[in-house]
Amino acid sequence: MAMLSFEKKYRVPGGTLLGGELFDFWVGPFYVGFFGVTTIFFSVLGTLLIIYGAAIGPTWNIWQIDIAPPDISYGLGLAPLAKGGLWQIITICAIGSFASWALREVEISRKLGMGLHVPFAYSVAVFAYVTLEVFRPVLMGAWGNAFPYGIMAHLDWVSNTGYNYLNFEYNPAHMIAVTLFFTTTFALSLHGSLVLSAINPGEGEEVKTADHEDTFFRDFIGYSVGTLGIHRLGLFLALGAGFFSAMCILISGPFWTAGWPSWWNWWLNMPIWPTH
Amino acid sequence: MPEYQNIFTRVQVRGPAHAGVPVAQGPFTREFTPFFSHFLGELGNAQVGPIYLGSLGVASLLFGFVAIEIIGLNMWASVGWNPVLFLRDLPWLALEPPSPAYGLQIPPLNQGGWWLMAGFFLTSSMILWFLRIYRRSRQLGLGTHTAWAWASAVWLYLCLGFFRPILMGAWGEAPPFGIFPHLDWTVAFSLRCGNLYYNPFHMLSIVFLYGSVLLFAMHAATILAVSRFGGDKEVEQTIDRGTASERAALFWRWTMGFNATMESIHRWAWWFAVLTPLTGGIGILLTGTVVDDWFLWGVKHGLAPHYAAIYGTVADPAQGGK
Repeated sequence: MAMLSFEKKYRVPGGTLLGGELFDFWVGPFYVGFFGVTTIFFSVLGTLLIIYGAAIGPTWNIWQIDIAPPDISYGLGLAPLAKGGLWQIITICAIGSFASWALREVEISRKLGMGLHVPFAYSVAVFAYVTLEVFRPVLMGAWGNAFPYGIMAHLDWVSNTGYNYLNFEYNPAHMIAVTLFFTTTFALSLHGSLVLSAINPGEGEEVKTADHEDTFFRDFIGYSVGTLGIHRLGLFLALGAGFFSAMCILISGPFWTAGWPSWWNWWLNMPIWPTH
Repeated sequence: MPEYQNIFTRVQVRGPAHAGVPVAQGPFTREFTPFFSHFLGELGNAQVGPIYLGSLGVASLLFGFVAIEIIGLNMWASVGWNPVLFLRDLPWLALEPPSPAYGLQIPPLNQGGWWLMAGFFLTSSMILWFLRIYRRSRQLGLGTHTAWAWASAVWLYLCLGFFRPILMGAWGEAPPFGIFPHLDWTVAFSLRCGNLYYNPFHMLSIVFLYGSVLLFAMHAATILAVSRFGGDKEVEQTIDRGTASERAALFWRWTMGFNATMESIHRWAWWFAVLTPLTGGIGILLTGTVVDDWFLWGVKHGLAPHYAAIYGTVADPAQGGK
């Protein structure tokens, strides 16, 4: 039985959103629930379609498999299976399974008497995915603007899309997103280090408390956000990174079609600068 | 069924400021009287200060200040000391490394010498900062995990600005100091080496970067979600497991069949964050030294298909037109 020593008393019925007690059970360590069933349905179907797409494609090389969206000429219409139709169904499956997963997290949170922070955080990642694969292609009028499913294929898409705007690093929302990605990683290293350094103080030292953690950070940079605050800060930074990633691609194409470096001309053209 | 979700602190309780745990006194002491900020108290602790600078902190800040001064004054000089132009063009201004013709020699000040000096002062500042973290951790009886995590970031900085230029034989290979200029350098670097996305260590670095953000979102959200059970007391929960740890663990076990513990999640966090610059630095060191063109490297190793030459032979000016 895949149960932890303390697990049995937590395995109680209830907390479901849909299906009552019908799917309210566990398989091994996994909780099932109504949304577990829909997760399995969408993810298995989507995975099989990816495998089918690879089978009718030119290669089984894992790096080169490429399930591409329809050609731009199909606009927002449906395409034949081998010409992007698979991509369209796979995308529906992906969104179906991501939404199911989020709702299953809600059910598990409710069962354990926890807050809903995890499903909310996960939703931000799903929002970024849907922005790339649905919102932006719809705004631009063709599914062909979405990224393909493939390891190198999606990297090529990122590369090419970036160079369509000359230098994507001048995109102000991209700047904010990258800054938040780096800052989140930096903050994570500081948080992980601090907790580990208090629990593992070295030979002959006693385990330290939050007082030592606060003291270290005040000595270090003059401020300690605290044991609760660091988790709020980390969550805001991480979700900000995901949100601004979605924004930086959403504005590229639908709202800005030139190179991003020239976007900054507004700064040079402000009326406050004396003319020569 | 509306219920409380821990997002901001709703009621701030304020006691006397905490002076910090006692520590053996040296010539330097903790500076500045602590004050309280209601705004910061919404998110975390309201207390700001005191700070301990110590000899290493003072030295590090001095060296860092000199580096920033060199960079800023060079930028200002590059617009003829015009203060308005300096402000207007600041994002475009740069302190560039020497031209490749200088190799690894020390060039005249206005031809990259200042760049070399700024790099020296910035590097010294970062190493002094490492020593400061290490020493303060030891003085407080803590592990030195923070210092080594910092060292990983310094490693990436040195790979870009010091180790790779030495391997390539020219300071000119290093990135410039400047906001837009360092972005231009990054894009040009990727283009010149045949697309950095095909570099496997770049792939790893990105995986750890995104993985770090994912981990922090998962961890922070989990702790906030069990904060009503005292989940933020992570050290206590590690030593004496409470219901907060149990629920946090079971949440992930039931969700994805696997869970960390209150201590091990911080080991996951530390390694993901530390491996981001560590693998990134390796990817930088290999570029131009071991591998000239990552796309062609990818073709050779099956990452990308081989495209038939349909446009005939193109003269490559970098190969002497051959």
